Amino acid sequence: MARTMAEKVWEEHVARRAEGEPDLLYIDLHLVHEVTSPQAFEGLRLAGRPVRRPDLTLATEDHNVPTENILGPIADKVSRTQIETLRKNASDFGVRLFPMGDLDQGIVHVVGPQLGLTQPGMTIVCGDSHTSTHGAFGALAFGIGTSQVEHVLATQTLPMTPFKTMAVTVNGTLKPGVTSKDIILAVIAKIGTGGGQGYVIEYRGEAIRALSMEARMTVCNMSIEAGARAGMIAPDETTFSYIKGRPHAPEGAQWDAAVRHWRSLRTDDDAEFDMEVVLDAEELSPFVTWGTNPGQGAPLNDAVPDPASFEDPAARAAAEKALEYMDLTPGTPLREVGVETVFLGSCTNGRIEDLRAAAEIIRGRRVADGVRMLVVPGSMRVKEQANAEGLGEVFTEAGAEWREAGCSMCLGMNPDQLKPGERSASTSNRNFEGRQGKGGRTHLVSPLVAAATAVRGTLSSPDDL
Amino acid sequence: MEKFTVHTGRAVPLRYSNVDTDQIIPAVYLKRVSRTGFEDGLFAAWRANDPEFVLNQPQYKDGTVLIAGSDFGTGSSREHAVWALQDHGFKAVVAPRFADIFRGNSLKGGLLTVVLPQQVIERLWDMVEADPATEVTVDLQEREVRAPGVSEPFELDDYTRWRLLAGLDDIALTLRETEAIDDYETRRKSWLPVTQ
Repeated sequence: MARTMAEKVWEEHVARRAEGEPDLLYIDLHLVHEVTSPQAFEGLRLAGRPVRRPDLTLATEDHNVPTENILGPIADKVSRTQIETLRKNASDFGVRLFPMGDLDQGIVHVVGPQLGLTQPGMTIVCGDSHTSTHGAFGALAFGIGTSQVEHVLATQTLPMTPFKTMAVTVNGTLKPGVTSKDIILAVIAKIGTGGGQGYVIEYRGEAIRALSMEARMTVCNMSIEAGARAGMIAPDETTFSYIKGRPHAPEGAQWDAAVRHWRSLRTDDDAEFDMEVVLDAEELSPFVTWGTNPGQGAPLNDAVPDPASFEDPAARAAAEKALEYMDLTPGTPLREVGVETVFLGSCTNGRIEDLRAAAEIIRGRRVADGVRMLVVPGSMRVKEQANAEGLGEVFTEAGAEWREAGCSMCLGMNPDQLKPGERSASTSNRNFEGRQGKGGRTHLVSPLVAAATAVRGTLSSPDDL
Repeated sequence: MEKFTVHTGRAVPLRYSNVDTDQIIPAVYLKRVSRTGFEDGLFAAWRANDPEFVLNQPQYKDGTVLIAGSDFGTGSSREHAVWALQDHGFKAVVAPRFADIFRGNSLKGGLLTVVLPQQVIERLWDMVEADPATEVTVDLQEREVRAPGVSEPFELDDYTRWRLLAGLDDIALTLRETEAIDDYETRRKSWLPVTQ
């Protein structure tokens, strides 16, 4: 029977199947960070259970990490305790950990791919909803809660019922200045924050095939913002050349066998998806959000929408509430919305290619007066690479702050937060109320829009410079 | 895990859609390493800033059934959202649609999440707002929600229902299948990476 890629990867990982019960799915890689794991390790301790496969488990410190003075003790005592708890748990249970100060430390979803641990056809989980990022390699990767973290630690499996499948096809070629971030923001605006609920999305089509691995990761990363737990892209030459030579990539005959298998994972030509969505890349332009969920977005060329224009009463009420929180007036051109902060980073857009794209715009220009720009690399390796290419200097010379690696202002668990009422253009993934700091107002943007906005002080694209 | 069979209690009408887990519990409250004590973080921003917010109204303070709008629990996978709701005293959440990860977390932890059609939710909202003393029953045994003049069946798969009724721990259930897991491990591809 013809099958989709998601179905193939699922079938390959069923360790046990019984009528009337969820499938028991084997997990190839379990990524761990300090926020969603302490209660899971404590559960193991109370039950006297070991970690079944420490060798398929990897921990890194990211959410609480201060991006200044990363080697000093964390000032916030509660954050410090959470980090120290992870260190103790990793040591007690034999899990490899990349602590602050380690060259391999960084955001969990940047670290996995850069080490070559993320490979096609794998099942990958983490107590973090943006685990969908790894689907860019053709892995089935999804976020889990802490109870499931404990379950995977104890058994290396998860009882799961299969996802439905959705194809999002993006035809045509992106115009210059339009990025993968704009694709995914447009997808979310089209299907809504709940549109992907219950599905795994496979992104397909000419515009997706043309994306680099890093750009594909941005797309898959935000699948969860459309409600889909996982997003996938079929592995191809772009995928293979990204993985080849990385520290954990297969070598020699193993590499050849792996690639042969990876090629077989693509969705069969006559396979059927439960739902299909089609977009035309030529029609896309830089996209920004105006509201308080990632589905409340519009092309930068547009104006702040009038809630009365929404037919659905729930959507209208949500828009009214969002505009009040965002302090925006319907009809205001989005280009006239001024920001105080620009955040470039996160598991969505904190990779080397994102920094290169933004640096290209910033180079030789200045961050506008009254605007602070934080540039936070997704990992210490990304920082090292960026410095080697001179990008760090480009940012600091323009007046931006060039920080250490972590989740930072994406969710403000560390000191990088917006003040009440402060407005940001952010390359992260969520514009929820208070996400970047209590009372903060977030506009989600691509790295190109972030850079142009930093220079002009209002939401802008590179074409405006 | 505590068993869930039937729960009857007062309800709290939360007339918002798209309530994300950052609203249910903001990130700054996630730093604790314990599994309890998250009540103070529940809807912290709305409770602090909006006197009209439903949980700031005394008539709803003893509510144990949350009636919410569509797409409840979107966003972050933080299970702390479930713990905060439970620490506050909620036993069940009823909504037209839930985000996947939140739903999974709630059913692991014994907070029953029930999907009902939008029009039933609106009837419940109206009813509870007209009389906050209205009691709502969530009956897992019969898979039915009841309130005065309302008797609405809901769907939940047999396996999850059985697990909740018996209060069974998922991990203990899976550990009974260790042989199948051992066997699977002998079949894994030889090139798959290890972290150590």
